[in-house]
Amino acid sequence: MTMEISPVRKVVNSAMLSLSGICTLLVIGVLFFILGYLFVHGLRSLNLDFFTKLPKPSGETGGGMANAIVGSGKILMVATSIGVPIGFLAGIFLAEYSGKTFAFVIRYIVDLLNGVPSIVIGIVAYALVVRPMRHFSALAGGVALGIMMIPIAVRTTEEFLRSVSNSMREGAMALGATKAQTIFTVVVPAAMSGLISGMMLNLARVAGETAPLLFTALGNMFWSKGWLQPIATLPVMIYNYAIAPEEDLHQQAWAAGFVLLMLVLVVNITARTIIARGPASARR
Amino acid sequence: MASSTIASSVRHRTNKGLLARLRGGDEISYLVTLICAVAIFVVVTLIVLELWKNSQPAIKAFGWSFLTTTRWDPNGGKFGALPFVYGTCVTSAIALLIAVPLGVASAVFLAEMAPPKLSNLLTFLIELLAAVPSVIYGLLGIFVLLPLIRSYLVPALKGGFGYLPLFQGSFYGVSFLSAGLVLSVMIVPFIVSVSREVLLAVPTEQREAALALGATKWETTWDIVLPYASTGIFGSVFLALARALGETMAVTMVIGNTPKITASLLSPGYSIAAVIANEFAEASGDLYVSSLILAGLVLFGLTIVINALARILILTTARRAATA
Amino acid sequence: MASPQQQQTIRENVTVTAETSTARVPGAKCKLTARNINFYYGAFQALHGISLDVPTHRITAFIGPSGCGKSTFLRTMNRMNEALRNTRVEGELHLDEADIFSMDVTDVRRRVGMVFQKSNPFPKSIFDNVAYGLRVNGISRKSVVEEAVERSLEHAALWTEVKDKLHKPASALSGGQQQRLCIARALAVEPEVLLLDEPCSALDPIATRKIEELLFQLKEMTTIVIVTHNMQQAARLADFTGFFLLGKLIEIDDTRKIFQNPGKRETEDYVTGRFG
Repeated sequence: MTMEISPVRKVVNSAMLSLSGICTLLVIGVLFFILGYLFVHGLRSLNLDFFTKLPKPSGETGGGMANAIVGSGKILMVATSIGVPIGFLAGIFLAEYSGKTFAFVIRYIVDLLNGVPSIVIGIVAYALVVRPMRHFSALAGGVALGIMMIPIAVRTTEEFLRSVSNSMREGAMALGATKAQTIFTVVVPAAMSGLISGMMLNLARVAGETAPLLFTALGNMFWSKGWLQPIATLPVMIYNYAIAPEEDLHQQAWAAGFVLLMLVLVVNITARTIIARGPASARR
Repeated sequence: MASSTIASSVRHRTNKGLLARLRGGDEISYLVTLICAVAIFVVVTLIVLELWKNSQPAIKAFGWSFLTTTRWDPNGGKFGALPFVYGTCVTSAIALLIAVPLGVASAVFLAEMAPPKLSNLLTFLIELLAAVPSVIYGLLGIFVLLPLIRSYLVPALKGGFGYLPLFQGSFYGVSFLSAGLVLSVMIVPFIVSVSREVLLAVPTEQREAALALGATKWETTWDIVLPYASTGIFGSVFLALARALGETMAVTMVIGNTPKITASLLSPGYSIAAVIANEFAEASGDLYVSSLILAGLVLFGLTIVINALARILILTTARRAATA
Repeated sequence: MASPQQQQTIRENVTVTAETSTARVPGAKCKLTARNINFYYGAFQALHGISLDVPTHRITAFIGPSGCGKSTFLRTMNRMNEALRNTRVEGELHLDEADIFSMDVTDVRRRVGMVFQKSNPFPKSIFDNVAYGLRVNGISRKSVVEEAVERSLEHAALWTEVKDKLHKPASALSGGQQQRLCIARALAVEPEVLLLDEPCSALDPIATRKIEELLFQLKEMTTIVIVTHNMQQAARLADFTGFFLLGKLIEIDDTRKIFQNPGKRETEDYVTGRFG
């Protein structure tokens, strides 16, 4: 009795596999479409004014987003100074000090925090900072984004510290280094490229966040002085301009979208390439 | 002689007083890192507390009817969140319906078919999609997707399926459908990424066993690999769902921001995240703000539950693959 | 400088006390003494009642089949096992007269240095690798550090090869050079005892020979304990050899005696290759 592979099975095989390939192409296609469209439209509307001028009042055309660019920078600074130290040090605790059960609990809580929708974090920042201060501020926006940075900072730190081989720790301890010295003078430097890349990715992610800023940092048509005033940010400007009726504002939204996307993508590609080439990749 | 000074100068230090121990740093290091780990607990507790505390006025005023009433009337002081819950569910459902087949199929291609280098490159690119900010999806949604839907998709749907209540009514661009479509693009990368990893984790021996019996590649994938990885793929779906629920900007830019419950997908609508984004900054009056915060609490609860389910599912698959 | 071959003819009298199975060299001090060391990984007892003396300025080798506990015991001597979870040690360990278990552990590790099986240079420059031990132990004055680094590299027979590239990364060195770098690194803090855990097992014969010659010269400066699975190496290098089996110290004695006229049956079986 001969058992031949029926032609139907072969056809189904090729068809299904081609279909899956088509789906992948579709998904990739979307990425390139987004890039292409923003490139064309955004670049068209981009000019020097965008980076140097303030927004014009309603009705007038022209102007730029200089204050929003600076504003995003300021808020990210606040966010980094909150999220990175807490996340980094907690990550060290997880990787170097913690016992198994406590580590499991911490990781679960970190995951939980990571899953909180950004708008809900905005609400909390509102309740914690805006309400007591009775006005919107860069600080409130920075707090919201800082909280969002914590989970990724923890996970990145823990992952890259764990990737450092134990023989390095033993080598240091065998020379009489204390555990703290071992961690901070050997393990952390060894993991440095991964840690920095992870931080870059983290920054890129929160740089594009809009929702939590809508009622913490709010927005500002002018320069914002200090840290306790409402402040304009790039993503919020994009949103405001996109839903505005004026066509001129739409153009500026494209330009801003292009700038934001370029920033995010460049940082992402750089950071991920560094990570992919680094020592941790050997473990994957 | 120099060598004796090294040993003796080190001996000096080992006279372990408190100061010397502090300089060694072990106690401080442990304490500081522990404090930071605990700080995360504190942050999460604060989140839950603040949400709970600030939604008390709304809870007291409405109780469970908050979730079942459809009237959202800031002027009249009556707040029912059912339209938002409905909108959140509908848009997420549309998004999943599109993204899951697309995403899993792509994951199958990347995990089973594509040569490793190509697979890694394509996955890298797809993961970049996940990095695109929500507001940019919204921007493209408004100016690119909406016109396309209006010009091509809706006529096609009406032409083919116009009798269904799903596609009744006039279409103005902003709608449940549009929001669902934009959402689907946004969550596809998560499904692809996680499903691909889950599929790659299926032990090679399983595939080899099927192939050695004469199964085609597709049959192996469909009959053996996918079922083995199914729990993990479900997990990725839940993960994507959790993201879709919380997605704010892209949704609020294309959904229409109208509290409405209707079978028609072409109608404008609202979602929980969208109403908070739209109305929070200007909300006045304790009950209004509190209702919005209560809506946020509901969203928070939903995403926590779904995320937890996702983790359990993904962990189960990982454990199965590891012990196989 | 006496080579390992010449050393065979230069021996002192050794008295072996059968009950405690220790080697005591009359007239020579013992640097490190162990009494009744038991060691547990969780519930599993890996070492049973190990007692021995490590004589100063000599090379003592531990031999035995895989899993016999020789590496475990070595790591007990500088308390490295404490870095592992769920371990327990019982017994007494003395460095000169001081109780090792009561001392501050980082002090123990400075005084009892270790070189590992696979070289583990830090991802730093050659100079920074050797200087590391000095820096963590509080020595930071530039001239002192530089001098100590040069001296250590010379003692490790590596100076001429690296003196022009001190600030290049250590990873650029060959395997044998990296291991000598690790030896230099350990020597920089002037340990009183140097523990080596199969230091040549990952190296080719030429690199191995270089390190063996090195060790032979180093014993003048410090006391050496080496774990090796290579009996010929023990026979070449060591003044005293201890044979471990299944977590017990079967016999420790003058190397020549262990290999030519062992007291215990198990030892004889092992060194003549009848098992393991």
